[in-house]
Amino acid sequence: MFEFLSKLFGGFEGSKNRAKERLRLVLVHDRASLSPGLVEALKEELIEVITKYMEIDEEGLEVNFDKSDDSVALIANIPVKSVKRGMGEAPGGKRQSKGRGQQGGKKR
Amino acid sequence: MGKVIVITSGKGGVGKTTTTANIGTGLAALGQKVCLVDTDIGLRNLDVVMGLENRIVYDLLHVVEGQCRLRQALIKDKQFGDRLVLLPAPQTREKDAVTPEQMKELMKELREEYDFVLLDSPAGIEHGFKNAVAGADHAIVVTTPEIAAVRDADRIIGLLEAAELYDPQLIINRVRPGMVRRGDMMSIGDIDDILAIEILGVVPDDQDIIVSTNRGEPVVTNPKSRAGQAYRNIARRLLGEEVPLMNLEERKVMHWFKRLLSGEAQ
Ligand SMILES: Nc1ncnc2c1ncn2[C@@H]1O[C@H](COP(=O)(O)OP(=O)(O)OP(=O)(O)O)[C@@H](O)[C@H]1O
Ligand SMILES: [Mg+2]
Repeated sequence: MFEFLSKLFGGFEGSKNRAKERLRLVLVHDRASLSPGLVEALKEELIEVITKYMEIDEEGLEVNFDKSDDSVALIANIPVKSVKRGMGEAPGGKRQSKGRGQQGGKKR
Repeated sequence: MGKVIVITSGKGGVGKTTTTANIGTGLAALGQKVCLVDTDIGLRNLDVVMGLENRIVYDLLHVVEGQCRLRQALIKDKQFGDRLVLLPAPQTREKDAVTPEQMKELMKELREEYDFVLLDSPAGIEHGFKNAVAGADHAIVVTTPEIAAVRDADRIIGLLEAAELYDPQLIINRVRPGMVRRGDMMSIGDIDDILAIEILGVVPDDQDIIVSTNRGEPVVTNPKSRAGQAYRNIARRLLGEEVPLMNLEERKVMHWFKRLLSGEAQ
């Protein structure tokens, strides 16, 4: 039903919104595979943030883009060596990330 | 010391050659000394758009191989004489006949002599693209408001950065205001959102371009053409003047009416 309605409205809106949306997605794919430099920078900042909370295996950290037909997910595999004491009371306290990311990584 | 600007796109057929011819002619009309270089080896085109195809004796390859002097290969424009010259592309089949190093040397020489050197790049991201960007110090990316063209423009912007050509400027070509109004074509704002680089100009889709190409006279010299106006604006912006983007949304009837009032309409 929703799809039907959105199709109906899509028709009214004209095709450019569809074009823009498709373009946005295809560029996420293109740009992601284009700039390894960006992925490196992302990794470094991830390490910086995560090491505030736990000790991780920096060498084993993997960051990839998972591409399916209509979405792109950022997947990080972060091997945890040990979690710092007092983590339970950490501000914000969110230990699980949302989205389609692979969780937790390998715990040794 | 002149500016060397490469006109490129990634996707083919979006209007690089048309843009090069018109910006070059527009700049010459504003009193600049301009050299156009066709780097589309094997697919020479800029000569016919400029209407100079019958005057070619030597080409880019002859020059870099030292078979003729640079001066001998430069073809003078019909209207602007030696203020606007063309260096044609060779029609050889070996696309790598010319090297980026040779292009750099050549650009050094040309920028001594001309205020603007405009390089018409071939489509694609291979050897020809590398040649075209090698000696350039600035880039203009041409796109149309279509997914494939904008996507390739994005790719090219990345590659230009890798070639240390930062801050390229964008020309959006073949815009159809009626379709934009109906929501069936991406608008200038939409494309700006996505590519986020400075917009140098917007050129409407205009039959005058085909007519002027048939004649071998760039549309920029036609005072009545909207596309011509768009290119004249771009030439002025390249000289540092602030010219607002053309209002393409103006209805045809209004445009006709205005022309009637200003005594331009036949
Ligand atoms: N604004 C416009 N309105 C109408 N027709 C246009 C416009 N711009 C370009 N064209 C037409 O589109 C065609 C392709 O243009 P052009 O040869 O300049 O593209 P190009 O990017 O140089 O192509 P190539 O990648 O093959 O070198 C030509 O027939 C040209 O006349
Ligand atoms: Mg061309």
